[in-house]
Amino acid sequence: MQWETVIGLEVHVQLATRSKIFSGASTAFGAEPNSQACAVDLGLPGVLPVLNEAAVAMAVQFGLGIHAEIPEVSVFDRKNYFYPDLPKGYQTSQMYHPIVGPGEVEITLDDGQTKRIRVHHAHLEEDAGKSLHEELHGMTGIDLNRAGTPLLEIVSEPDMRSAKEAAAYLKAIHSIVTYLGISDGNMAEGSMRCDVNVSVRPRGQASFGTRAEVKNVNSFRFVERAIACEVERQIELLEDGGEVVQETRLFDPERYETRSMRTKEQANDYRYFPCPDLLPVVLDAAYVDHLRDTLPELPADKRARFQEVLGLSAYDAGVLSASRDMAEYFEAVKETCGDAKLAANWVQGELSGALNREGLSILNSPVSATQLGELIARVMDDTINGKAAKQVFQALWNGEGESADAVIAAKGLKQVTDSGAIEAMIDQVIADSPAQVAQYRDAEPDKRGKMIGYFVGQVMKASRGTANPQQVNALLKEKLDALC
Amino acid sequence: MHDKTLTELAAGLDSGKFSSRELSESLLARIERLDGDLNSFISVTAEQALAAADRADAARAAGNAGPLTGVPLALKDIFCTEGVKTSAGSRMLDNFVAPYDATVVEKLKAAGTVSLGKTNMDEFAMGSSNENSFYGAVRNPWDRGAVPGGSSGGSAAAVAAGLVPAAMGTDTGGSIRQPAAFCGITGLKPTYGRVSRYGIIAYASSLDQAGPMARTAEDCARLLSVVAGHDLRDSTSVARGVPDYTEELDAPLAGLKIGLPSEYFGDGLDPAVERAVREAIRVYESLGATVREVSLPHTHYAIPAYYVIAPAEASSNLARYDGVRFGHRCEAPADLTDLYKRSRAEGFGEEVKRRILMGTHTLSEGFFDAYYKKAQQVRRLIRQDFLDAFDEVDVLMGPASPTPAFDLGANKDPVAMYLQDIYTIAINLAGIPGISVPVGFADSRPIGLQVLGTHFAEARLLNVAHQFQQATDWHLRRPALAEETL
Repeated sequence: MQWETVIGLEVHVQLATRSKIFSGASTAFGAEPNSQACAVDLGLPGVLPVLNEAAVAMAVQFGLGIHAEIPEVSVFDRKNYFYPDLPKGYQTSQMYHPIVGPGEVEITLDDGQTKRIRVHHAHLEEDAGKSLHEELHGMTGIDLNRAGTPLLEIVSEPDMRSAKEAAAYLKAIHSIVTYLGISDGNMAEGSMRCDVNVSVRPRGQASFGTRAEVKNVNSFRFVERAIACEVERQIELLEDGGEVVQETRLFDPERYETRSMRTKEQANDYRYFPCPDLLPVVLDAAYVDHLRDTLPELPADKRARFQEVLGLSAYDAGVLSASRDMAEYFEAVKETCGDAKLAANWVQGELSGALNREGLSILNSPVSATQLGELIARVMDDTINGKAAKQVFQALWNGEGESADAVIAAKGLKQVTDSGAIEAMIDQVIADSPAQVAQYRDAEPDKRGKMIGYFVGQVMKASRGTANPQQVNALLKEKLDALC
Repeated sequence: MHDKTLTELAAGLDSGKFSSRELSESLLARIERLDGDLNSFISVTAEQALAAADRADAARAAGNAGPLTGVPLALKDIFCTEGVKTSAGSRMLDNFVAPYDATVVEKLKAAGTVSLGKTNMDEFAMGSSNENSFYGAVRNPWDRGAVPGGSSGGSAAAVAAGLVPAAMGTDTGGSIRQPAAFCGITGLKPTYGRVSRYGIIAYASSLDQAGPMARTAEDCARLLSVVAGHDLRDSTSVARGVPDYTEELDAPLAGLKIGLPSEYFGDGLDPAVERAVREAIRVYESLGATVREVSLPHTHYAIPAYYVIAPAEASSNLARYDGVRFGHRCEAPADLTDLYKRSRAEGFGEEVKRRILMGTHTLSEGFFDAYYKKAQQVRRLIRQDFLDAFDEVDVLMGPASPTPAFDLGANKDPVAMYLQDIYTIAINLAGIPGISVPVGFADSRPIGLQVLGTHFAEARLLNVAHQFQQATDWHLRRPALAEETL
């Protein structure tokens, strides 16, 4: 039988607020356990939550970024359950009235096709702490630094049909939140976490199969693997005449398997009810309009503009808009030199190669966008030739000069275009190469073209690469042919 | 000095008749002598009190005294007080020393008042008799065989016994007004949102509100002026200016329109209570007020709605007491579930457990719509009843409680106990302010008149209560206990 996979994702994005969603404690990663947990985070008797406006703004920005409805009123609810790293015995979340309504995200598949994935809603909630088991000799420690960190949970519709689509969706979400600057998107530090709902059905069947929710899928690679692994399990089960049960499963990347955590019957009754300590969030139109007006250009729009306005290829536009940092760098280079294609070539060629070799991100590039743009401008106005340009780039990379012009001057790389000077060098080379001149003279006229390369190389060497190659070529041909 | 009002003591301090240290020492000695029997305090913080008194005296000497500098008072043991045990009357928090001050405490300290200690209360403010305290019942100073009311029973008894001139209480379903009535003092529950809840151990968040308990309306006005106000740490506190609540106290009552809700004078009302209340209303008529009957048609739904909403919120608010971070933890837990079960089974008393179970049940899947949602609809109707009534009249008046203080141990049936709060509970559901004023006695037990106003009408309520107290002397009566010992 032919099986079709149906996938929906719940993505938890940690918002990049400086303080927590309901307290003033810092959200910085990696501090000493419990050093960033204040009375509110500890859930001490008598404390009350106060909503961080920055988290609201970020959630709304995300909603606008996926063209979602932004309801005027959203409400925080309490999700009640006992767990040691949940200090209040409930998580403050949004069950019935989320801050972001239905929207959609465009994904790009490997074949260049695009597909729209609907987002059911996105809601704000607080993160829990962490249980620590290491080095505690059979005891469990609780670190509440993470407790109260703002999360935006983005719940998709079951619109994805393959692991690759799911990974593309996750990348698109990553790209949107990093473009908006509302999350650092750092999956290794848990800034983006993902639960995957997977089911299979015979191809052509309209109704969905029973789904399993796979938790702990925390990298782009794992999303694909966990889905593949769970799909295999479900198909095998169904083909053996079994049934998929609705349950929560945990992905174990090391053993490449998903394991049952709890079935539907064991599911908690979370007893959701509106949090009486927080007022409903009411967004007035002016506030939402202001956020809409100040929204940065998003990846899909940027990619389209790079193609349509700047004339880049689909591939180049995709690569250069993949991250906000890359796009900003590229656009700054383009602004400085004035040529989008040359800027694209240099950013993807010389610069990306050097960054990859050194394992650096574009934010940490030793060559600034302005420096690279000025370098390209010097190629464009014939101040230097292509070969010298690579030397200038290397010098800038090594910090040997403040600007392309400074390096060109210091290293004497300015292109020589004075024909008198070039002729003098040519005469010297011809005088120094009697054997090669004799070969040239004896050769058939149609073979001479290839032989001229030797002389060009010698002249360029004599000029330390600064002679204009076109001029050298023309003058050499003239002089050598005169000898024949 | 124990028979003076807070206003009189403030004047005495101001004129240098006595120092805050002398006053505090005298009252601490009185607590020492009398409270063993009354049990109105859970903690007496003599050392901190005398240090605060000395600071107050120094401030006065330096010319930096405010109107309440050096005035002693007490705090219900539900207000978190930095460095002081804050138990909420529960074994669960018997070991909890608060690391911070509630906003109310912060404001009272900033005003230079001197807290002598933390008063007894029903556990987590759940009760109407103060018999649900881990620290034992409190005796009513007027009749040691009677309850002082609850849940702010310790605060009411301490004021009535002259141990402190005033105390702070909290009122979730009558917990200031009913004990004030039972103990013959004046107690004000402000509008929900008028006083910050930050640092008040939560019982039912949408109903809890702190307020002053003292001898007179004037004393309550002075305290409310200090503790009221918007607090950025409490999102449900209201951003609205705080007037000087003493300014309108002397406004004449001629033309005041009083409404008597017919539902508050029906079956179950003790005849002696009704007599005293109607007598008080005649006093108001003599002061120029007009009286008419009004109806609050949804009154009889108030208790059922309250006992859905308050336990639902409580079941969630009390989930944090799990033995993990603070509070009572059972000995040698076998595993996590055992830690939870035994810590909570040992730490909570019977009434608290009953309300956690009720709240957990009504919020459960399949029951939520029938209970919680329905109760919230009823709550809106109850609120509308009051708003409609206040279109017609300025204030509503009725008994604060259907009976005077009952005997200790007399009400064993929880539902019978819940019905005690029939006249006070709807006020919390509506969020409006109410004040209880002493208006007489049934035998030796005090009777309270409740005056209700619309949202943020505290100044009006205090004025109405104060004018009554200018015309009568019920609020000046003292229990024999207090008289005989000085």
